[in-house]
Amino acid sequence: MSEMLKEQTNTNEQPKFQPTNEGYYGQFGGAFIPELLFPNVKELEDNYLSIIYSEAFQKEYKYLLDQYVGRPTPLYLAKRLSEKYKASIYLKREDLCHTGAHKVNNTIGQILLAKHLGKKRIIAETGAGQHGVATATVCALMGLECIVFMGEVDIERQAPNVARMKMLGASVVPAKSGSKTLKDATNEAIRDWIGNPTDTYYLIGSVVGPHPYPDMVARLQAVISEEIKAQLLEQTGKENPDAIVACVGGGSNAAGAFYHYLEEESVALVAVEAAGLGVDSGESAATSQLGEVGVIHGSKTILMQDEYGQIVEPYSISAGLDYPGVGPLHAYLYESKRATFLNATDQEALDAGYELSRTEGIIPALETAHALAALEKMDIKEGSVIVVNLSGRGDKDLETYITHLKEEK
Amino acid sequence: MSVLIELLKEKQNRLCSVFFSAGFPQRDDTVKIIKDLDANGVDFIEVGLPYSDPLADGTTIQYSSSVALQNGINLDVIFEQLEAVKDQVSTPLVLMGYLNQVLKYGEQKFCQRCKECGIETVILPDLPMIEYENHYRALFASYGISNVFLITPQTSDKRIRKIDALSDAFIYVVASSSITGAKGEISEEQINYFKRIKAMELSSPLIVGFGISNQSTFDTACSYMNGAIIGSAFINFLDKNGTHSIDAFTKNILGE
Repeated sequence: MSEMLKEQTNTNEQPKFQPTNEGYYGQFGGAFIPELLFPNVKELEDNYLSIIYSEAFQKEYKYLLDQYVGRPTPLYLAKRLSEKYKASIYLKREDLCHTGAHKVNNTIGQILLAKHLGKKRIIAETGAGQHGVATATVCALMGLECIVFMGEVDIERQAPNVARMKMLGASVVPAKSGSKTLKDATNEAIRDWIGNPTDTYYLIGSVVGPHPYPDMVARLQAVISEEIKAQLLEQTGKENPDAIVACVGGGSNAAGAFYHYLEEESVALVAVEAAGLGVDSGESAATSQLGEVGVIHGSKTILMQDEYGQIVEPYSISAGLDYPGVGPLHAYLYESKRATFLNATDQEALDAGYELSRTEGIIPALETAHALAALEKMDIKEGSVIVVNLSGRGDKDLETYITHLKEEK
Repeated sequence: MSVLIELLKEKQNRLCSVFFSAGFPQRDDTVKIIKDLDANGVDFIEVGLPYSDPLADGTTIQYSSSVALQNGINLDVIFEQLEAVKDQVSTPLVLMGYLNQVLKYGEQKFCQRCKECGIETVILPDLPMIEYENHYRALFASYGISNVFLITPQTSDKRIRKIDALSDAFIYVVASSSITGAKGEISEEQINYFKRIKAMELSSPLIVGFGISNQSTFDTACSYMNGAIIGSAFINFLDKNGTHSIDAFTKNILGE
């Protein structure tokens, strides 16, 4: 990872899809933070690159990714899916990571960073609980105090993940403000950070938040596309596929899967949002379609809001995709048309989840199922090479799948 | 020069500001609250623009914001209320809201409406200094609007000096490194912080916000700084008493 990134960082020419020094991707990004957070964010901004690319960090990060997370994750040619689309459909198996999703790539990196900065107390937000579990896991590993903010509504919806976090030694604090879901958990985490500015590290779970978080999380997830390149070369003789498909809530798995292909315009990038009950149903999380430019959680991006700028609560069957914003990189990929933004409804995602389970023996997370559902909507040329980032496994979603199965009968 | 800046030049001690959320407890209480505060010795009034995601506010102002939004308050209604009260009060009004509200409303339109309502000072806690300098300073100046910055115990001296140079009304001194909420007392640590800031001999008046809830905390804050802002304590009062006997509340703070 380090060599490839260093090349990009050191080049004189500003790559199109890397942020400026102030964290801007085009008009999106920046650090819209209250003065109260300035010292915390500044400390991070000043240190993240030098720490991440230090030899000591890289050595430990690499070791933990290989031996603790289980990387590299396989790149699997899904035979029956490939037959269906008359193309080569590869699945990047992030579902096989320790804790069951790509989230842990980021938490391993950030926990090492927190240690380098001498922080003692780790806070995080979580929606479905996947990032919370990944954070609780690395805190247990490093012996650091862990506090996870989770919307009161999500705590009820995601009981197994709450239990997992508690078993791992984390405190789960209910966010009781606003709509009591992910955005409110994020607000609570930020408020906690304001109140505890010196000893606390805020471990954000996606490519959202003030600069440098979007860039930092993208770099930590970039291992996904770094591996895809090497694995595709080995399996097909070429590094580049025709397209990469990933689901987008905040957008961390997509950022990681796209990262090393951002500047290679021959590779189509397909971002798939959750349409919920339908983009225009009023119950949706398709931010790029429904949102407008605004500021959320310290970042200028596209977000779902009403005519007075009040943030609107999104809806999706998948708790990992119902974020009212999208990371600033993705807002820029959308605006610049570098990525194609598709969406899938609850029903289409459920169907795709069943299809993968029955044709390939892999139960995907509901978030990931949205990416799979988008294959139906793509114009896939015969013989093309498509990589779908299989961001997480579906164990956490069994109850939803089972309910759906009963309804089908 | 704005009315507030004139006032800050004349009066340098015991400046008392009170904050409330527009549209709380009832949507149309805004006007009465402003009038009552105006009549009872408050030097300037901060009108909060209720926001769905008030990051820099504690539970009390989250609550008043959310009630006000449920009451149907919005920026158009608030500006109508402010326009209605404009000629009936002399106390300067300061608007406090979040940047996204201004962005969505339209930056020009927001400034224009402020001007029409006699608003000359705004506080946008999530508008960072660099964004202000690059994108808002000239715009605000063209409408005669002053922007107020916050400082905290963690803000470096260098940065405080820069904020001082950019400020033309006052500097909002956050009393503790925490979000708003009445805590009932001022700690020795906070007093040391006040002393440190005071010793910097800044050109802007220093007004303490966060944690001022009664006469004792107001007096303590005013013995080091130029004045103080009461927010959460007043919201709690309104929640309990509605808009009755606001004079009792201000007496309790000012001791008159």
